[in-house]
Amino acid sequence: MKRIALASLFALAASSAFAQVQVSDPWVRATVPQQRATGAFMHLTSPADARLVEARSPVANVVEIHEMKMEGDVMKMRAIEGLDLPAGKAVELKPGGYHVMLIDLKAQIKEGESVPLTLVVEGKDGKREQIELQAPVRPLATPAAPASGGMQHRHGHH
Amino acid sequence: MRIPMCAARRAHRFIALPAVLCATLLLAACGQAGPSFHSTDISGAAFGQDFRLLDPDGRQRSLADFRGRAVIIFFGFTQCPDVCPTALIRAAEVKQRLGAEADRLQVVFITLDPERDTPEVLREYTAAFGADFLGLYTTVDETRTLADEFRIFYRKVPTGGSYTMDHTATSYVYDPEGRLRLAVLHAQDAESVAADLQTLLQSFSR
Repeated sequence: MKRIALASLFALAASSAFAQVQVSDPWVRATVPQQRATGAFMHLTSPADARLVEARSPVANVVEIHEMKMEGDVMKMRAIEGLDLPAGKAVELKPGGYHVMLIDLKAQIKEGESVPLTLVVEGKDGKREQIELQAPVRPLATPAAPASGGMQHRHGHH
Repeated sequence: MRIPMCAARRAHRFIALPAVLCATLLLAACGQAGPSFHSTDISGAAFGQDFRLLDPDGRQRSLADFRGRAVIIFFGFTQCPDVCPTALIRAAEVKQRLGAEADRLQVVFITLDPERDTPEVLREYTAAFGADFLGLYTTVDETRTLADEFRIFYRKVPTGGSYTMDHTATSYVYDPEGRLRLAVLHAQDAESVAADLQTLLQSFSR
């Protein structure tokens, strides 16, 4: 009985931790016609240690989590397995660092539209949770630190 | 953020310029007066003297076409979500900061990915940053030759059934007489680049 109570307590703790993963200021960089890739940016804050392990979007055939690094003045961009979300720390996905890379786009991404994104976050216990969001499309020429938008997040469960 | 001149030189030594040339530059520019730039002063460099490329209308372009204007060139690819837009946004901000002198700067984007960056893509892409920005391209083979001549490193990196590209993010600045003058690091802000262009343009009459 005690064991069962503990287990459900943990389950509750895990789900409430997930339920509080906050996505703020998500945006996607617009493309020009025939441009087949772009990036999505946002801030993620998880109250408990977690990891962003996957991203999906219906607008692209391939979606990856990327890290951009400068080595000297050479820009390198790589897909990463996951992005750690330390408890309570806002992790920025922004130009000059991490982004969600939308590859093999099915159509032009136009300013004023919004792009549906699904983020998959994994907790320390291996449980995964999906976060559904709509990222507004900002102009191609949007600088690294655009004006902050409002929070926008919705949660789903497996 | 301003990059101290000598720090910029040290950083740049790793990527494009042979150590010998840069050591010379370090001695030359950190030790004496003269026009002082935030960017790396590479006046007299033997590389990157000129290019022969096509614009989206299929016209051949070279530095001589822009005589009387300073030229800033950046090498990149349009499927780049981060560094390339950032560099072109900076170029747009530099033009804005130049005010009445803005028409004395030509921004040129040279694609390292001509397989995907068709003339139409290039035209639309550069126009998103500035109506007068020019996108230039050549063949895949000539792109390699050109990049070598300009000491621009690039390579395709397979990802997600497609590829991305690693590449040097340094911009180069030419003076109104078509001479290579400055190497601008990616980390430099628009303010410092605009200040350098003002300094450069001052010594050339309209």
